[in-house]
Parts: sequence; C-alpha cells; structure tokens
Amino acid sequence: MTTQAGPGNKNAGTRLRRRAAAADPNPRTIAISAPRPPAGPLLNVENISVFRGERLVLDGVGLRLDAGEALLLTGPNGAGKSTLLRVLAGLRKPEGGHVLWAGIDALADRTAHAARVAYLGHQDALKPGLTLRENLALPARAAGSDPKQAMEALDLLPLADLPARMLSAGQKRRAALARVMLARAPLWLLDEPSLGLDTSSIGLLEALFHAHRETGGIIIATTHVPLPLPDARTLALPGASGLETMEEMDMESWS
Amino acid sequence: MKAESMQASLPALLAAVIGRDLRLALRHGADTLGAVLFFILAGALFPLALGPSPELLRRMAPGIVWVCALLAALLPLDRLFGSELEDGSLDQLMLSGLPPALVALAKMIAHWLTTGLPLLIAAAPLAIMLGLPMPVLPILLAGLALGTAILSLIGGMAASIVLGARRGGVLLPLLVLPLATPALIFGAAALDAAQTGLSWRPDLELLGAFLAGALPLCPLAAGAGLRAAVE
Repeated sequence: MTTQAGPGNKNAGTRLRRRAAAADPNPRTIAISAPRPPAGPLLNVENISVFRGERLVLDGVGLRLDAGEALLLTGPNGAGKSTLLRVLAGLRKPEGGHVLWAGIDALADRTAHAARVAYLGHQDALKPGLTLRENLALPARAAGSDPKQAMEALDLLPLADLPARMLSAGQKRRAALARVMLARAPLWLLDEPSLGLDTSSIGLLEALFHAHRETGGIIIATTHVPLPLPDARTLALPGASGLETMEEMDMESWS
Repeated sequence: MKAESMQASLPALLAAVIGRDLRLALRHGADTLGAVLFFILAGALFPLALGPSPELLRRMAPGIVWVCALLAALLPLDRLFGSELEDGSLDQLMLSGLPPALVALAKMIAHWLTTGLPLLIAAAPLAIMLGLPMPVLPILLAGLALGTAILSLIGGMAASIVLGARRGGVLLPLLVLPLATPALIFGAAALDAAQTGLSWRPDLELLGAFLAGALPLCPLAAGAGLRAAVE
C-alpha cells in the first residue's frame, strides 16, 4: 500500500517543481527579510512521509513555494491534508523527509519555526468564557501586533466584548482568522479556512489573502470548496490506495 | 515582513499565558472554588468520623491537612491541559513561540496560583479547627507552601503525560500520589517534630530540596508530554 500512494505524490511534486523552475524569479521575494540563498524557493518540502498507526498517510510528498505564492491541498477525506499542515507547522514530526525554510531545516528547531507559522486548525481554539478581545490578547502579545486592526479587518469590532460562547460558528471562524492575521507570520497554514463563512466574510477573506500575498507571504490551505485564491497551485493528495478497505478510510476521517 | 524584534520576550510571554489562565479561572470561579471547598469539607469530616477528642485531633491534624491538600490539588489537574487539547488551544500555545517546557511551566504556575494558594489560605482555619497549636501554624503553612508548589509541578507533569489517554482522569492520581509521597512525609514530619519540640528545620529543607529538583525536571518532562500529545 505504501508504494501505490507514492508515485502519484511524487508526480505532483515534480510537476510543481518544474513549474517553479519555469517561473520567472519573483521580484516580491525581496520583501522577505530572512537571510536565504539567492536561488531556491522559500519553502521547500521534500519527501514527507507520515505514518499514523500502521498506515502510511503521506508518502513522499514534496512541494516548493516561493514568497507570495499559494497552494491548495485537495484530496478525499483521510488523504492526509490536515496531517501535512501539522507537519509544516512543526506540530508533528514526519517519519521521513525535510521541511526547508529559506534553505534551513525548519523542523530542527520547532520553537523557532513557530514564529514563521500561523496555523488555523479544524477547531477555532477560542475559550468560551473569555471575550473575543481577551481571546486575541495572547496571540497579539506574542507577535507584538494590534488586535484592533485584525478585528477590524474581519469585521469583528462590534463583537469584541462578547464572550466567545455567544458567537456563531462563522463569527468564531472569523475570530480564528483574526488570530492568523495577528501572528504576522510569513507562512499561513489554513485548514478549511472558509468553513461556516458567509459570502461577505469570504470577501473579507479574499482581501486578507491578497494583502498577505502582496507582502510576500505564503498561503497553504486545505479545502473542499473553491477559495478566493487567484492563481493558486493545487496539490491533490491521492488518499487511500486500493489495498485499503473503506472501513479504514472511514475510521481515518472520523479520528 | 516578519519583525522578529517586535515579538514578546519569553518572560513576557510566560506572564501572558499565566495571565490568561488566571482570567479563565476567574470566569469559571466555581471550578476554582471547588478544590478549596473539597479541602475544607474533607478536613471537616475527620472530627465527625474520629470523634471529638481534642487530644486525638491535635495529634492527627498535620496528617489530615496534608492528605486533604494533596487530594484537593488533584481535582483540577485533568482539566489543566485537557481543556486546551480539546478546543485546539494547545496547538496555538505550542505555536506561541514559547518552548513546550515553558508552556507547561506557565500552566503549572497558574495551577499553583488558582489551587495551591487558595489551599494554603484555607489550611490555616482548618488547622485551627482541628486544634493545631498556634506556634506550629507557621511551620504548617511554610511546609504547605513548598508542598503545594511541588504538587503543581508533579501534577502538571502527570497531567501532560496522560493527556490524550482515554482514561486519563483515573490514571492521573495513580501517577501523582506515589510521586508526591516524599512531600507528604517530610511535610507532616516537620509538624510532628515541631509539636514534640524537636527541630523541624531538616524536614522543611528536604521539602525545599525536593522542590528545587522538581522545578527544572517536571516542566521538561511535561513539555515532552505536550509535544507528544499534539502529534
């Protein structure tokens, strides 16, 4: 089962690499202050393999992204999209492979890597007892950014003093996106960012994405619905290979 | 675009995490008070069960206060990291820029401030109620101050280790209580010594040594536990 999942991913990886090589050097890369070798992409992910239990969830996944680029991760449930995001965030150590940021092994010092990453998980990670403002205080403090500005960008200011338990699912998602913005990190890892958002909020999201990419940020998002990310690349994870039963897949998507 | 210099320093970030936990504890006041009320109630049960003999209660008071404090400090432990893991906040804490060991230390300090400190305050009236002589009271409080800090450290470590386990709440006391027995022994022994006119200093010094050992080791172990829990 391991070998079957492999070639698909590797093809996707090389396809991306070829495209990256063909593209002109991006002038926006100058905006990134981190020291890096002149050639080569900002984020270079090679050969990531992850086991979950006995199952190989990710097999030889590779991707290359330069400043200002965006990547959509697609694939069936249980294909390992969220797992790949957690690996890129440094929350999970892969069984094999490298994550290189500006040519440096990012997973060697995961605490330092955390400063480059803004991660939006499945859950919104808001404390129901705290107000929105209080919920955003810690991430704002950590990055030295202004929570008011982020709340304004996501149209949350009128809700700032409401306890998070009073917010609707879409409002909570927007609050979680405000935290992503607050992190002021170059690499955004978003797990289904548009979950529960209405049309006008998607518009806010589009502006947010655009601003982040304009300043040289990278966005990697998993999604099942179209996201407002113009000329984003797509990496389709193949998901369970033929040898696995449906039961395993179901368990995977529920776990 | 990343202004590294604008990031908060580690102590400031540590204080911010502790502050957030204190605010949460204030919002959920019932949970915070629960441990203290348990402590007072459990202590008040002993006179009822053992009979109102002042001599007996005075002799048993140190042991009663210490055992009740130990059990009461266990109560909030399984929510210490459990609630953070459930709502995804633990991921964000791990990505806050604090090393995992310091995230664990912040939670342990918050646990002491919201559980250990109130227990310490409640211990004085409980000890007086049980008839502990007044001159011995400062020694009880000094011992408990060290002891509750040790409990927060060991308890936080155990809570992070059982994090994600299915029956973590059951496992937790089984892990913490054996590790906390030295604190119990020295703490109660200091009081016994003081009551019988012997020197209580060595026992408290041993407690202090225990705390000095636990202070660096427990957060490190807990940090590794947190890393494993988010994987």
